Amino acid sequence: MSFKIASSPHQHNQRSTAHIMRLVALACLPGIAVQAVLFGYGVLIQLVLAIVTAWISEALVLKLRGKAVLPRLKDNSALLTAVLLAIAIPPYAPWWIIVIGTAFAIIMVKQLYGGLGNNLFNPAMAAYVLLLVSFPLQMTQWLPPLSLQSVDLTPLDAVCSIFTHYSCSGFSLSQLQASIDGITMATPLDTLRTDLGRGLTLDESLNRPVFFAFAGTGWLWVNLAYLAGGLLLIQQKVISWRIPLAVIGSLFVLSAIATLAAPDTIAGPLFHLFSGGTMLAAFFIATDPVSASTTNKGRLVYGALIGLLVFLIRNFGGYPDAYAFAVLLANMAVPLIDYYTRPRTYGHRPRSELK
Amino acid sequence: MSQFKELTLQGLWKNNPGLVQLLGLCPLLAVTATVTNALGLGAATLLVLLGSNIAVSLVRNHVASEIRIPVFVLIIASLVTAVQLLMNAYTYDLYLSLGIFIPLIVTNCAIIGRAEAFASKNPVLPSAIDAIMMGLGFMLVLLVLGAMREVLGQGTLFDGADLLLGDWAKALRVEVFHADNHFLLAMLPPGAFLGMGLLIALKNVIDNKLKQRQAVEKGSIARARVTGAAQ
Repeated sequence: MSFKIASSPHQHNQRSTAHIMRLVALACLPGIAVQAVLFGYGVLIQLVLAIVTAWISEALVLKLRGKAVLPRLKDNSALLTAVLLAIAIPPYAPWWIIVIGTAFAIIMVKQLYGGLGNNLFNPAMAAYVLLLVSFPLQMTQWLPPLSLQSVDLTPLDAVCSIFTHYSCSGFSLSQLQASIDGITMATPLDTLRTDLGRGLTLDESLNRPVFFAFAGTGWLWVNLAYLAGGLLLIQQKVISWRIPLAVIGSLFVLSAIATLAAPDTIAGPLFHLFSGGTMLAAFFIATDPVSASTTNKGRLVYGALIGLLVFLIRNFGGYPDAYAFAVLLANMAVPLIDYYTRPRTYGHRPRSELK
Repeated sequence: MSQFKELTLQGLWKNNPGLVQLLGLCPLLAVTATVTNALGLGAATLLVLLGSNIAVSLVRNHVASEIRIPVFVLIIASLVTAVQLLMNAYTYDLYLSLGIFIPLIVTNCAIIGRAEAFASKNPVLPSAIDAIMMGLGFMLVLLVLGAMREVLGQGTLFDGADLLLGDWAKALRVEVFHADNHFLLAMLPPGAFLGMGLLIALKNVIDNKLKQRQAVEKGSIARARVTGAAQ
């Protein structure tokens, strides 16, 4: 008879890594579906490319490191990284963007640090930053939602433009970016940023067709879908509520205060919450169990830090959206946060009483 | 002769200032965006290192050990100034593109390191050989890193070599592949850090392979290490 010695925690639910990763990936599905319906099918092709690349790179590195390939591939962590990166990049970016990004995420950011559980940085976001820094043009070519596009895009057009840079009927990406009246469209965050830079007020900018209600056309629904998926994950206890709440909470509070102070130049909290990647990042990216903070108090600090950084970069920094940078910077702070928020060991006094 | 061989091996491989001692990382990482810049800075560093090692070795018995570091720094600084003026005169464009990193050779730890660790304890000839080998080792690392970054970043090799070597060197420019989209990261500082890490990893892999082969040839039993990394 053998006694199995395991490290704490001794009481846990019986979910395996593979199961959790699969649940997170599945919870992305509503968001992906909405994205595909409203913005065209590019995102689906990116997903396929990303997943295939992730599996190949993971297998390659595991082989080189002399580890068993199949068990690691089956834990779905590479799959999830690929899914998150594929959702985050512009859906009609050329195919080599996602291939370079995914290979970098898996090989450099994850496996070179020792594989799953050892990476300091969120692989998908590190790869996103790599791509954004290296290929700024391709990484900012977001198409407007289908309802505002001047050319009808078929699924086949998505394949054509991802692999040949031109849609099957011969339009380039920058032509596709133009709306019916010929004005190049950007994402709502980008449009707002440019307008404010040109001296327009917030209200004047919000009259443009890329905006709808209090957020961007299409983007509102995408964010709502990710919010739904994220709430499902919390209900299933796959992720803790602390990080998403802290991210959303701090962004909400900061932008509420700021918009009261400068109503003409800083958008309100609802706009910030339902634009860009807020919901995706708050529920799916910031909650990465490996690179996020692990203590309960620490998770609140970590999430609030991300919210603060996003607020600062979106309103005062050089980029329209900032989740990748915010998550990476917060990842760097995680060891410090964890050190100062260590929970009291059972049976010991709090550290403050020891002195 | 065996000392000469040992110094060569130390400088180029075993104790390479770039890959093993990790000295002079600031210029190493900052100016290796192209092969030409790497070659220019490598040559400048080699010259300064040679001069400083010879000078330090000559004065080693006349300088009180309490003030040796300021004296070494003065020697190095005057040599760097001389090299800077030379580059300003003869390779002006390269001088502009290397910018602040030429005067910063003064603070390159590889140079003061060799002065302190080797030249202040050895006669002139070994010091000079040590300087040449260490300088060459440093330059090789710069060149390899520069080549990696230039190929990845803009798909060329020896772009702008004429700035350093004169007009004939325009023929050296090789276009490895044509890229519409430059891989900017390779040209930016993070690319230098990643490339450097990969080079060090490669060196460790080769070292381990060599060690294994030697162990097999000797027929000795490799002792299993259970604590700490082997390197």
